Amino acid sequence: MVICGLPAAAGVGFRPEHFADIVAAPRPIPLVEIHAENYMGAGGTPHRMLRTLRERHALSIHGVGLSLGSAGTLDDTHLGRLAALCDRYQPAVVSEHLAWCRDGGTFLADLLPLPYDEATLHRVGDHVDRMQTVLRRMVLIENPSTYVGLRDSAIPEPEFLAALAARTGCGLLLDVNNLHVSAVNHGFDAAARLSAFPLERVGEIHLAGHARVADPAGGTVLVDDHGSAVDEAVWALFRDVVARTGPVPTVVEWDNEVPSWAVLEAEATAAQAILDRVARRRAA
Amino acid sequence: MDAMSQARFAAALLDPDMGVPEEVATPENGRFAVYRNNVVAGLATALATRFPAVETIVGSEFFAAMAGVFVRRHPPRSPVMHEYGDAFPGFIETFPPAAGLTFLPDVARLEWARGVAYHAADTAPIDPGVLTRLAPDALPGLRIALHPSLAAIASDHPIRTIWAMNSGDGEATPIERWEPEEVLVVRPHEDVLVRLLPPGGAAFVAMLATDRPLGEAAAGAARPGFDLAGALALLIGTGSIVAVRTDPSSEERS
Repeated sequence: MVICGLPAAAGVGFRPEHFADIVAAPRPIPLVEIHAENYMGAGGTPHRMLRTLRERHALSIHGVGLSLGSAGTLDDTHLGRLAALCDRYQPAVVSEHLAWCRDGGTFLADLLPLPYDEATLHRVGDHVDRMQTVLRRMVLIENPSTYVGLRDSAIPEPEFLAALAARTGCGLLLDVNNLHVSAVNHGFDAAARLSAFPLERVGEIHLAGHARVADPAGGTVLVDDHGSAVDEAVWALFRDVVARTGPVPTVVEWDNEVPSWAVLEAEATAAQAILDRVARRRAA
Repeated sequence: MDAMSQARFAAALLDPDMGVPEEVATPENGRFAVYRNNVVAGLATALATRFPAVETIVGSEFFAAMAGVFVRRHPPRSPVMHEYGDAFPGFIETFPPAAGLTFLPDVARLEWARGVAYHAADTAPIDPGVLTRLAPDALPGLRIALHPSLAAIASDHPIRTIWAMNSGDGEATPIERWEPEEVLVVRPHEDVLVRLLPPGGAAFVAMLATDRPLGEAAAGAARPGFDLAGALALLIGTGSIVAVRTDPSSEERS
């Protein structure tokens, strides 16, 4: 396991509507994660909240807009804004995605799939190198949810991520929900995918809910919408992972149909209970 | 997936008439539509968050359709979502199905200004005492630095009234006096303020913002109903002034 500076405990993806509850919670949530792009304004409430969070909790900054998989060069303007945010708040960890979301000057606001081949490995490797150089730190790269297979994909995703980590020295953010969603959508066995995953490079885990949607061909597609409670299948995979790795910093994400703080906190508490059980078993 | 493939893939996301890109291995299952929906519906939702009163006025179905057309025609240029939508008010102006709602573009401008103010730099307003201590004959030459969050909007329609009725706990009632309204938007501290300016107030503020002295700005804004003392009191009272200087070489702050 990669040590990334976050406590090996369960926290949440931060939603501003929960700010007052998080601050007032008798037992402070041990870690919070923010989406970098929501804090790239100059001032105002977002930064006031972030200052308070940074003082009281371990902070993870999670980028969703750098587009590490885009052809051509990385967007240095955006990377500069990310670097400025990290300089300002000194988070315990910074992460991004194995995906693309920008075509030239157009930003597409979704994490789009990449073919896993040598060309993509070189390109994403170069971009992760650049990101780590500019941020002067190791970053974690997250496995995506995908909905379509790509013609040129030749390397299984776990192998691709292992090669990316070996090439760049980056850590990995294992999104267990994404792993499940992609496995179901592409007909892979999730447990086998997990066994192949380079767990020794994982520095953080994500948990989230997904939606089941009918596809036009009469099948069902799982959509990673962060809009509901963590699915039982994902909890089962999470228990498998941490049984192998021991406790890992874990973030529960719930970004749409955002529930009350009590509901989200209960999800984090459930994740914490699993981490605690593993820790006790390891200590015994 | 080279630059050309990504460009094709991106174009197909935004254009439902284009086929599934050839890079997709299993086009027959229709799942490329998930990405199309994520992009267009996701961005339309981002706009609804940014323009909630516009959405309330036209209804969520109309808004989603209008936003969908906008998103396809003007996709974002930046990954920072709160910077997306500056072209939306102008687009509404040219969107034929909304042509009957002549006030709608200005309501959207008000909402855009609120969002900009929300994220603007933090700067402390000037101590009002600095202004009251100035000699009266210094006032015409006074140059006023306005808060970085500030915007002023002049409309032919009662946009503050309409906006307030369609925001938060507001209640929509018939508007008895359909009159032009000028609006000041500013965030001196935590909360974004939306206040009515006197007629000419927006022109007055615009001239101050380009570093014209107070006397010249007042003369430029003069029109029936313009109230200089009232406009100044509003700027001071809302914390819209961050610095003043009486001649180009000296600047007095709180």
